[in-house]
Amino acid sequence: MLSMMVFAPVLGALLLGFMGGRSPQALRSVATVFMALPLAIVVLLLATYHYGAGGLQFVQRTAWVPAWHIQYFLGVDGLSLVMLLLTAAIGVVATVASYGIGDRVREYFVWLLLLQTGILGVFCAQDLILFIFFFDVVLVPMYFLIAIWGGPRRQYAALKFLIYTFTGSVLMLVAVLALYFLTGRQTFAIPALARLAPHDLGRGLQLLLFAVIFIGFAIKLPMVPLHTWLPDAHVEAPTPVSVILAAVLLKIGGYGMLRIALPLFPQAVHALAWPIGILGVVNIIYAALAAMSQHDFKKLVAYSSVSHMGFVLLGLALATPLGIDGAIFVMFSHGLISAMLFLMVGVFYDRCHTRELSRLGGMYRTLPLAGTLLAFAALANLGLPTLSGFVGEFFTLSGVFATYRVLAFWAAFGLILVAAFNLILMQRVVMGPPRTEWESLAPVSARELITLVPLLGGVVLLGIAPAVLMNVINGPAAAIAASLGGR
Amino acid sequence: MLAWAPLVPALPLAAYVLHLIFGRRAGERTALFGIVALALSTLLSLAILVQVAHGAAIDRSVPWLRIGGLQVRMGFAVGPLEAVMLAMVSFISCFIEVYSMGYMHGDRRYNRFFSNVTLFVAAMLTAVIANNLLLFFAAWEVMGLCSYLLIGHWFEDPANCRAATKAFMVTRIGDVGLLLGIWWAFSLTHTFSFAALPGALGAMHLPAATLDAIALLIFLGAVGKSAQVPLQIWLPDAMAGPTPISALIHAATMVAAGVFLVARTYGIFLLAPAALHWVGIVGGISAFIPATIACVQTDIKKVLAYSTISQLGYMMLAMGVGAFEAGIFHLLTHAFFKALLFLAAGSVIHAAGTQNMHEMGGLWRKLRTTGATFVVGTLALAAIPPFSGFWSKDAILRAAWASPDRALYWLGTIAAGLTAYYMTRAVVLTFFGRPRDAHVQEHAHESPAVMLVPLVVLSVPAALLGWVVDRPLRQLLTPHAPAAAAAGVYGFLPLLLSLAGVAVGLALYLGPLARREALLRSPLVRPVYGLCKRLWFFDDLGAVVMYAVGLGPSYVIGAFDRYVVDGVVNGIGWLAMAFGRLWRKLSTGNVQAYMLTMVVALAIGLVALQAMGG
Repeated sequence: MLSMMVFAPVLGALLLGFMGGRSPQALRSVATVFMALPLAIVVLLLATYHYGAGGLQFVQRTAWVPAWHIQYFLGVDGLSLVMLLLTAAIGVVATVASYGIGDRVREYFVWLLLLQTGILGVFCAQDLILFIFFFDVVLVPMYFLIAIWGGPRRQYAALKFLIYTFTGSVLMLVAVLALYFLTGRQTFAIPALARLAPHDLGRGLQLLLFAVIFIGFAIKLPMVPLHTWLPDAHVEAPTPVSVILAAVLLKIGGYGMLRIALPLFPQAVHALAWPIGILGVVNIIYAALAAMSQHDFKKLVAYSSVSHMGFVLLGLALATPLGIDGAIFVMFSHGLISAMLFLMVGVFYDRCHTRELSRLGGMYRTLPLAGTLLAFAALANLGLPTLSGFVGEFFTLSGVFATYRVLAFWAAFGLILVAAFNLILMQRVVMGPPRTEWESLAPVSARELITLVPLLGGVVLLGIAPAVLMNVINGPAAAIAASLGGR
Repeated sequence: MLAWAPLVPALPLAAYVLHLIFGRRAGERTALFGIVALALSTLLSLAILVQVAHGAAIDRSVPWLRIGGLQVRMGFAVGPLEAVMLAMVSFISCFIEVYSMGYMHGDRRYNRFFSNVTLFVAAMLTAVIANNLLLFFAAWEVMGLCSYLLIGHWFEDPANCRAATKAFMVTRIGDVGLLLGIWWAFSLTHTFSFAALPGALGAMHLPAATLDAIALLIFLGAVGKSAQVPLQIWLPDAMAGPTPISALIHAATMVAAGVFLVARTYGIFLLAPAALHWVGIVGGISAFIPATIACVQTDIKKVLAYSTISQLGYMMLAMGVGAFEAGIFHLLTHAFFKALLFLAAGSVIHAAGTQNMHEMGGLWRKLRTTGATFVVGTLALAAIPPFSGFWSKDAILRAAWASPDRALYWLGTIAAGLTAYYMTRAVVLTFFGRPRDAHVQEHAHESPAVMLVPLVVLSVPAALLGWVVDRPLRQLLTPHAPAAAAAGVYGFLPLLLSLAGVAVGLALYLGPLARREALLRSPLVRPVYGLCKRLWFFDDLGAVVMYAVGLGPSYVIGAFDRYVVDGVVNGIGWLAMAFGRLWRKLSTGNVQAYMLTMVVALAIGLVALQAMGG
């Protein structure tokens, strides 16, 4: 079942490849179907997962490279499931948002489908080498999607993305191989290593390997000062790719920390909790301040992503069920909200062909529905209660307060800045006098609404009834915290 | 009946949804959604009030969220305080919406206005019946959102956008304080429940400093929302919204929520006497300074705005000296007469087409009903007996006299004189004397009945409520409290100063304004006048803080990120490229070729590993 889900998009890509010179409509439909398939499977998995039992389920496990004890090992717990749900849902949204792509359509959707397989694989892989394999599979399509369909500086941005992320994957590979040889347990299986590695490794080694893996994922998250690839990649990437990048790809960083870095090196986590927490707060404040100073709509939204990932770091530093619950919730909620924001950037860019904030304005009046949707997304982004952004941040920080009071105060200061850049965004885009140059813009289309409304619904639902998601992640969060000695 | 209490906020919330779905098609009939819902809410909350007066109470909750091994519950509670608030909020809001039908007639975004107002009221009512800090905070934030949207209702004018953003940001500072207070209390007790928190905190034998800090952080939220010094700077700017919104924000909702928060968490403040004293000090200062500023305003709405800050200061002062019930009493009377004053001022603006009182004068002849109701509101605000403001202000100042900190009594008493003075000045400048602007005078006309009826209705409680509910309210809120302390001659001093304020106001303004000009030139008055005109430099201070803490660092970080962080990255990249030029002879220089090589190498590697293993 998991393999079917992971590789369904590859099938779609193959089909697209052999379809011959069909119309773009046909190509789009095929791509959509094969993007929707994983979503259907994830929903099925969520419905049939045995929550009482918890742990890894739907496991598929065979030897892959027996000489090196590498396994083809897929399995999911609640953490994987919510990330898969996010990935599959955003995949469909991004595909529909890609209908506007007119250039080299077939190739575009082939890369998009391959990208999806890579991401789905990352969230199911339970073997470290398999994880790195999928992690690298993600890079290639992403590189081409930016480098071919991107903006004017696409080559620079794509290369920067590639070098940064590839560095992360090399660091990870080094740490994983070191782990393999140092433990001598002859396995790359994550559950086994999580059980064994803490006893095999001394404190010093744990610290070293943790630091290497942590930096690998921190690039992906991204964490200041390893973040500058992200704004560039976002600005150049086409809208649907930006959506996937922000909503899903960044989550690989946080997911990797939760799945690998924390359970394998518990002593290191405890030793480094303060520094990680401080890095989290720096992320929030630094990126919020940077966002406030941006002139480019999309860059502002990109820095906002960086800022929100600071809350994930804070939750990880806590290493309690509360903190990890909060971190996962923030990741999921940010997935929905950032997708909305980037779609809105696209809505305005497609009409005005500019992202200069100083040239926009008065959109409440010119494009009332689009203006309102952007305002909604920005308000969700600033953490308005009753919307999903609030819940994760509120509970993460309530946990942070109990353990690291000083950090909570600084993070709270960060919340003021987060509000500031979102209000600046609204003031500059939707408020103000309407401009004559945008008088005759087309209203939001039905296709755009199809991508936006489900996200909006999710943001409201999780804001009012967060238990829907929290009940799925409580189990794995408690398990991860327990593996850390559950303070 | 009490179990139906959630319907009180749910009805306007449902109306909000109707506004969203059918509002555009309904045209101006859309207003009826909100008005009908609020009328039903009013009836329901009056029924609840009657039951509560007979001793009923309710506190119910259901599990809402399990997180990190903790169970968070959601629910509602209604006791005397909540019942009184529900009735007041729904009654006043209902008439504000009726009035708005006339005031907003023909507005481009009529439906948007009514939907936001209805949501605003629903949020306030939710905050009132919430039985825990989490739900309260959610409603509190939604209220902040609605005020933001409504202050920016006419967003085409950049000044209105700035006012909206300023209101959001300044209250956000307070909100973050409240959040920290909530987290602190929650991290110690694992509960958000209003009922359980004081007991749980009290049982922990915490150091006094901790309890003071928690209480002060919660109070910071109230300072932001209730526009107390030094976070008062957003409220006068909020006048940018349509006038009914000012009535709503200043009377029934937003600012009342801050005082209500202190009342709702009073049990925590009682554990922290030092923090409670600070509540009184901030209240006293906030009663006094804005009163001085109100004396020099020329915009009729700004006078009322500063008077709101000042009156909220009295309520906080009451909380600070332990006169909880007097604070709520003043909250109640103030809500009615301030809503009345704002709506009457709106009627004046509607008629005169200006907010500048120096362009008005002599409007009494044209606006009899509006003028009469404005005078009723003024007498209530100026605390002239038997109008309602007298009773509640008197109760507060008596309590302040009985408290250990008599400075608070003096601040409040002097402010009482100032209040009477600036309101008299406003009445005289607007309605009496010779018309100063022929154009305004000529075009002035009385407002339509849909606006006048709410004025007349609200002027009844503005006049009589104080006298009627003085004793029943005290018995409802604090049944076992001792009778108010006798203050002797100091009990009458505020009244004397109020009368003196009226007299001075009449003497200075009811005649040629030349006398006033001469007074302003005197060396004794001029610096004080300048200080008040400059708003005691609070807005300048706000601007400095904004640049020092927010915008300034943001430019620095923005540049640092672009040139230093990314500069280093690109520098390394450039070095690598330089190496690459040497290497190019061996390669195609095509990144896509590298990529393919990489993927192929990875695949070959894996296959080779497999083969070795096999």
